[in-house]
Amino acid sequence: MRLYAAVAVSGFKRYATYRVATVAGVFTNTVFGFILAYTYTALWDERPHLGGYDLAQALTFVWLGQALLAAVGLLGGGFEEELQERIRSGDIAVDLYRPVDLQTWWLAAELGRALFQLLGRGVVPMAVGALVFELRMPASPLTWLWFLLSVALAVCVGFAVRYVVSLASFWLLDGTGLSMLSGLLCLFFSGMILPLNVFPGQLGEIARALPWAAMLQVPADVFLEEHRGAGLLAAFVFQAGWMVVLLAAGRVLQSVATRKVVVQGG
Amino acid sequence: MWVRSTMAYRTSFLIMTLGNLLATGLDFVAIALMFTHIGQLGGFTLDEVAFLYGTTSVAFGLADLTLGSMGRLGRRVRDGTMDTLLVRPVPILAQVAADRFALRRLGRITQGAVLLGWSLSRLDIDWTVDRALLMPVMLLSGGAIFGALFVLGGAFQFWAKDASEVQNAFTFGGTTLLEYPPTVFGKELLRGVTFVIPLAFVNWLPALYILGRPDPLGLPARIGFAAPLVACGCCAVAGLAWRAGLRAYQSTGS
Repeated sequence: MRLYAAVAVSGFKRYATYRVATVAGVFTNTVFGFILAYTYTALWDERPHLGGYDLAQALTFVWLGQALLAAVGLLGGGFEEELQERIRSGDIAVDLYRPVDLQTWWLAAELGRALFQLLGRGVVPMAVGALVFELRMPASPLTWLWFLLSVALAVCVGFAVRYVVSLASFWLLDGTGLSMLSGLLCLFFSGMILPLNVFPGQLGEIARALPWAAMLQVPADVFLEEHRGAGLLAAFVFQAGWMVVLLAAGRVLQSVATRKVVVQGG
Repeated sequence: MWVRSTMAYRTSFLIMTLGNLLATGLDFVAIALMFTHIGQLGGFTLDEVAFLYGTTSVAFGLADLTLGSMGRLGRRVRDGTMDTLLVRPVPILAQVAADRFALRRLGRITQGAVLLGWSLSRLDIDWTVDRALLMPVMLLSGGAIFGALFVLGGAFQFWAKDASEVQNAFTFGGTTLLEYPPTVFGKELLRGVTFVIPLAFVNWLPALYILGRPDPLGLPARIGFAAPLVACGCCAVAGLAWRAGLRAYQSTGS
């Protein structure tokens, strides 16, 4: 446990050293936040209360998306590229000999990274958004706590999805294509481009049931206090359920891949 | 070389190209979903938005195909592999552009072209000679403006070392902006992308003329024809910045 805590801390520190990159990221998130906020304003002007949100809620959704983009890894990033590179180059064999669990190791590093990204790249765009636009802040202070819990679950789901995708490199050798595909699906089905409750009919129902919904839509709805009481609990169960299923899938894939590597290595 | 190396992983290449083709269109699907709730966005119909989307996508795709590897430059500066490029007797810009050249980037152009074709088949445009001429001019100069942004971003990396994200704000942010009608955005933003970073010349201004719509800033209707001039200006600035960047480059020293 101490080891994994140390890994998480080093994950945090590692990203904290890239100060210029963080500032650049904040800038990008803010620019995108403005573009989306303007389009949402036009959209909600035409149709007030679209998807059950008022304009302030819709704009809050935009800025929450920008704040969580890096932390939850909605565009991919983080460990993914590194893990794939290690699989491609064969360095992964060394990792597998180490007396630590591969998945837990990367998860710990990812949690450290996510915490830094939430502080480094989340707070400033959100603050800028709140200064320029009228946002809906939580009425109850307790909501902030629930929100953080929901974000933590979102980070784990995001990790689990990308871990499975990265492990596919064992079979595909070059996993960049798959990562890209998974990143684009994630942008669409997490609600990053358009909130999932605006998706019409059946498509909306399917989108809201997929794991990507746990990465942005659910935390945002928790922040907007759309879930209360039993609904809040159901939201957490939804996130935790996908987390467990996907982490388990990663584990199965990992053990299958490991056996394959041993066979190849002789 | 990079084309052959991509082909070595055939399955991955197929998934990538197909995925790119389908998935780059997902943000247009999102726009189409918006239009299931509304008839017009900022006074523009879905067909017109598709026209804007298609023209941006093709212009950006052209730039991304040739210069998309610029984002990788920061890493080369950081780990010192930039030096390898400097000693080769080939222009450095060409080398950086060819670095990890990825055919899968064709996906975006194809997707943009398909959407553009779809929108043209539905739009009722009054095809005068100058409008028909403006179409290819718009796409090419749009590509050149985006290309200049890529090179500028690359030049900036020589100083900033790991700020490819700033470049993303202008390139990817720019495409997102130009996919939507200009009427959606505030006047300050419009002025910024017309006079400071001339993104509006990529497609907005020429497209407004082709669609026969007035410019929200009240600029003359034929301002779109200035796109090639603006593109040349951008390329000149980018070229100067690139040379200054190269001169400022210091190896990692390790």
